[in-house]
Amino acid sequence: MDFKQYEEISARLRVDIVKAVHKAGSGHPGGSLSAADIVTALYFKEMNIDPKNPDMDDRDKFILSKGHAGPVQYAALAERGYFPVEELWSLRKLGSRLQGHPNRDKVPGIEMSTGSLGQGFAVSVGMAMAARMDGKKSRTYVLLGDGELQEGLIWEAAMAASHYKLDNLCAIVDWNGLQIDGKNDDVMTVKPIDEKFKAFGFNVLVIDGHNFEEIFAAFDAARECKEKPTAIVAKTNKGRGVSFMEDNPGWHGKAPGEDEARQAVSELGGEW
Amino acid sequence: MAEVKQAAKGPAEAVKQQKMATRQAYGKALVEIGAENKNLVVMDADLSKSTMTAEFAKAYPDRFFNMGIAEQNLYAAACGLALSGKVVCASTFAMFAAGRAFEIIRNSIGYTHANVKICATHAGITVGEDGASHQTFEDIALMRTIPGMVVVNPSDGASAEALLKQVIEMNGPAYVRLGRAAVPMFYDEAAASELKLGKGSCIRQGNDLTIIATGIMVNEAMMAAEELASEGIEARVIDMHTIKPLDEEIIVRAARETGAIVTCEEHSVIGGLGSAVAEVVVKKFPVRMAMVGQQDTFGESGKPDELKAKYKMTAADIVCAALVAVENPA
Repeated sequence: MDFKQYEEISARLRVDIVKAVHKAGSGHPGGSLSAADIVTALYFKEMNIDPKNPDMDDRDKFILSKGHAGPVQYAALAERGYFPVEELWSLRKLGSRLQGHPNRDKVPGIEMSTGSLGQGFAVSVGMAMAARMDGKKSRTYVLLGDGELQEGLIWEAAMAASHYKLDNLCAIVDWNGLQIDGKNDDVMTVKPIDEKFKAFGFNVLVIDGHNFEEIFAAFDAARECKEKPTAIVAKTNKGRGVSFMEDNPGWHGKAPGEDEARQAVSELGGEW
Repeated sequence: MAEVKQAAKGPAEAVKQQKMATRQAYGKALVEIGAENKNLVVMDADLSKSTMTAEFAKAYPDRFFNMGIAEQNLYAAACGLALSGKVVCASTFAMFAAGRAFEIIRNSIGYTHANVKICATHAGITVGEDGASHQTFEDIALMRTIPGMVVVNPSDGASAEALLKQVIEMNGPAYVRLGRAAVPMFYDEAAASELKLGKGSCIRQGNDLTIIATGIMVNEAMMAAEELASEGIEARVIDMHTIKPLDEEIIVRAARETGAIVTCEEHSVIGGLGSAVAEVVVKKFPVRMAMVGQQDTFGESGKPDELKAKYKMTAADIVCAALVAVENPA
């Protein structure tokens, strides 16, 4: 199978992210870029969604629990047709629908307002419970940061997802290894992520989060797994695709200046 | 202490002597409402026998979820169910709902206007023997600062049931404060059915001062009013069962017509009913005010009545505050 089309889409998302954060003058490029391939896979293939009918019954849901990566979700929604790409340049500006962290009231396609870490995951557990109660086919996908796993609420929610056998819930951990203050390993060890989720009763898959073949295979396996929620631990690079941002915690929450942004866009094969 | 007399909308003589905890009324009401409203989901955090949600769990097991001892997840998951179309009553002790889960309630439930009813029991000093770790005096203050959050504090069993029904019928988040201890049944069913969310209820007429009470302090306020009447002071008494949105009109009228206001709550005098009333009074019609409630201190173990006396939340304390307010006008 050829994954070139998805690679082209995720490259576009990365260009959008860099430009949007540059124009905003603030934001979180590193963790947006690391998640771009996973988010592309969800919005452009895996999920049953309709941009013309964002509230479609039985739709699949995506919750960005690591809400600071809002630019990657906004870019995916725009490129998927939920709103014009040009609106991305209003990110973080007064009166914009594109808040610093996603707000479900303002933007079609955003299922949950996030930003305070841990909560999106726990809310997605409730959404999966509701879908089960109502006999809906809807699946719930939730993207977690690795640093976010340090929140206690994550493990309360994980326990509940497993207790209630939520096989319609799929968590993806964007394991880029870095957080604001440095490496996870130096700030607060989160490893072994896979063993932790296994111990909490999850079906766990460890993949390369930049390899579409592995990403799609993991989503297939998650769908086929019954009686257990799935956690896909996706190894990624923070700042992926931009040489000077890659694996550098300094780009967690910093906007590139014009020269940096131009270079980044050029490296990503985009147009300024 | 003086016997409670027939109030304006009054408690019938027959029901006046009965006692019931507001949490008991809550448990009973959930089962009744759940029979009609199939969209109602109830959740708890391992306290269903204390919060009385166990009755709902028994009646409708497929619509009840025990989330274990995990209050943050209780309210976040409740939010997920509500955003998927359910109306959710999620219960635990007030300390762990408003306190421990505050930021989840603020960011997940408040910010999304999720249809979650935070029905928190064991509020205030009358938790009793469990002591200070379980006696919350901060919950009303915390909850009323969240934009759009409705805050309700019923005074007895009948009003708890009547107000719960209205809270479930409205769309959006609400905090319902319920108590552990059995308290006198103050309203009969007919009187309770006249209560309206967001409207204070004037339960005793008088023009010398106004006592504005909430929750189980309403009964103490009525006893205080009778004591004051024996000294020739006629107090108006208002049951302010809804603290947000606050009935500003009834407060301003009380200030204008009676010239002094005493607030009474089983909650800190910082940030609760007293503060909410004062915010209206200073802006709209300044009069002398006094506040009866928990002073800036933690509680301790003891019997509810002993604690109410020690921490100055009885009818006698209301009488003292009222005399000071009346004798020292603004």
